[in-house]
Amino acid sequence: MIEAIGLTKRYGTTVAVDDLSFTVQPGMVTGFLGPNGAGKSTTMRMILGLDNPNDGRALIDGKHYAALHHPLTLVGSLLDANWVHPNRSARSHLRFMAVSNKIPTRRVDEVLELVGLSGVARKAVGKFSLGMKQRLGLAGALLGDPKVLLFDEPVNGLDPEGIYWIRTFMKNLAAQGRTVFVSSHLLSEMALTADHLIVIGRGRLIADAATKDFIAQATRSSVRVRSPQLADLHSALVRSNLQVNDVGGALEVVDAPIEQVGDIAGAAGITLHELTPQVGSLEEAFIQLTGDAVEYGGSRARPAAVGAPGGAQPAGTFAPPLGPASPLPTAGPAPVPQDGDSR
Amino acid sequence: MTLLNVERIKLFSTRSPYWCLAAIAAASLGFATLFGLVENGEAAIPYLFLRGVGLGMSIFMVLAALAVTTEYRFGTIRNTFLGVPRRPKVLLAKTALLAVLGAVVGLVAAVASYFLAKALAQRPPIPLELSTWDDWRQVVGYGAIFAIAAVIAVSVGTIVRQSAGAIAILLLWPLILESLFTLIPTVGEKVGPWLPFAASDKIVAPTTGITNLFQPSGGPDAVQGLLVFAGTGVVLWLIALLLLQKRDA
Repeated sequence: MIEAIGLTKRYGTTVAVDDLSFTVQPGMVTGFLGPNGAGKSTTMRMILGLDNPNDGRALIDGKHYAALHHPLTLVGSLLDANWVHPNRSARSHLRFMAVSNKIPTRRVDEVLELVGLSGVARKAVGKFSLGMKQRLGLAGALLGDPKVLLFDEPVNGLDPEGIYWIRTFMKNLAAQGRTVFVSSHLLSEMALTADHLIVIGRGRLIADAATKDFIAQATRSSVRVRSPQLADLHSALVRSNLQVNDVGGALEVVDAPIEQVGDIAGAAGITLHELTPQVGSLEEAFIQLTGDAVEYGGSRARPAAVGAPGGAQPAGTFAPPLGPASPLPTAGPAPVPQDGDSR
Repeated sequence: MTLLNVERIKLFSTRSPYWCLAAIAAASLGFATLFGLVENGEAAIPYLFLRGVGLGMSIFMVLAALAVTTEYRFGTIRNTFLGVPRRPKVLLAKTALLAVLGAVVGLVAAVASYFLAKALAQRPPIPLELSTWDDWRQVVGYGAIFAIAAVIAVSVGTIVRQSAGAIAILLLWPLILESLFTLIPTVGEKVGPWLPFAASDKIVAPTTGITNLFQPSGGPDAVQGLLVFAGTGVVLWLIALLLLQKRDA
């Protein structure tokens, strides 16, 4: 379990992480979502004791990272796959990490096998492709067979096969009862991987909810109808207390079941030419939520169609009322197996 | 012990230390060979033909500084701290490994150069014998110099965290900065010999005989020189430790 309690990090006058509190539960993949520059990496670095918070604390199983004895056997992490010396072999890279935590050398060969790098174990890492470095980083994270895993943008720059591979890998780790905390700026990716989401923007918590709840509440659904008797249909729908928007030759009925719209039209004897469900994209939802929390976003960068509120508003004030404690998936923590094999 | 092993794996799993060690051997033995052969070895005085080992000290400082700065350059310092979050232990292990390695390298380079020059020189100005403590000091003193220089280099590397900057400081300081200081009237002359690297030279400088002519008068004796040099290492190391604890990795 990972806990952040009032975590705050300032760089000069810039507040990178602002009073951030959340809990990451074992047994599932928790996505850490936010636009670039939202403070995801900084938060992860504070959890891992690399950066010192100005305020608040981050605990792993109730302890500061620095207080952990042989931390790699409890916490595995991959923050940046490029943290390797180009002239050092993959095996030596893992070996120095293993030795520092008294992990037997045989485990180095095991994890290399696990990520499919056995064939290049003695090659200098500088020659590796990004995908291979990513696998090496993953091997490093798995060295100590840890209960808690943190990944920072693990699929960035990977090809589809690599993305699929990592996604499956993380899900398996979580299914084994481990705590998996993975950051991303892509909601579509997280929708496929994460069971739970912690969403931040400009260092502040925007949402902490189950992925499906988050998506259901954040994406606006509507029904598009066309009819030769558009005016009659409009009044019939309004009479049923539905919110109707006129969108040039068609109507958009907000937040109504498609059946209800059809029934209303039928009861009024109105001919329909079109009746289509419209689901807002995940990206739209994400932009809507974090819209104002994009640190480097220019005003033109925000699509007007989404209807995000204007720029001057402080982040978070327009966030939809997502329950802070949405019900968690029931997958209980399973005992962590002895070897880290998860394929 | 575990952490010393970690640092050993890190150091010797890259190429640069091997190049540096080869360069130290070449500088030390090359200089000794020259002095042994030229003019039948008439200039073969330990203090002079071991200057190559002194150059080796600069190379060793580069090696030691790189052991820290490349970790920052490539981000592996974070892997190191993820494994060992107690940073003082990491710095201590790194310093200890390089100091011990320095002592061995300095000692071996000086002894090997000494016997090489002795074997080659046919008419040395004074007999090349290791009979008194003073004779020994001028050779084995390099072990101490290398060890302390390693501590200074690791500290500077940790403070600066950047290869080019650290190497520039470590090369310019003994070669230029201290000699510039001695040019300052009155003060320079008195304080100059007490500056760390000038003082370190006294550890192996002759105190008697014709070779004493090469020595500027005044300044510390061998033990005082050792203390000044070691003190510099300790102070820099404590500053490095403080910054390492305070800064984000």
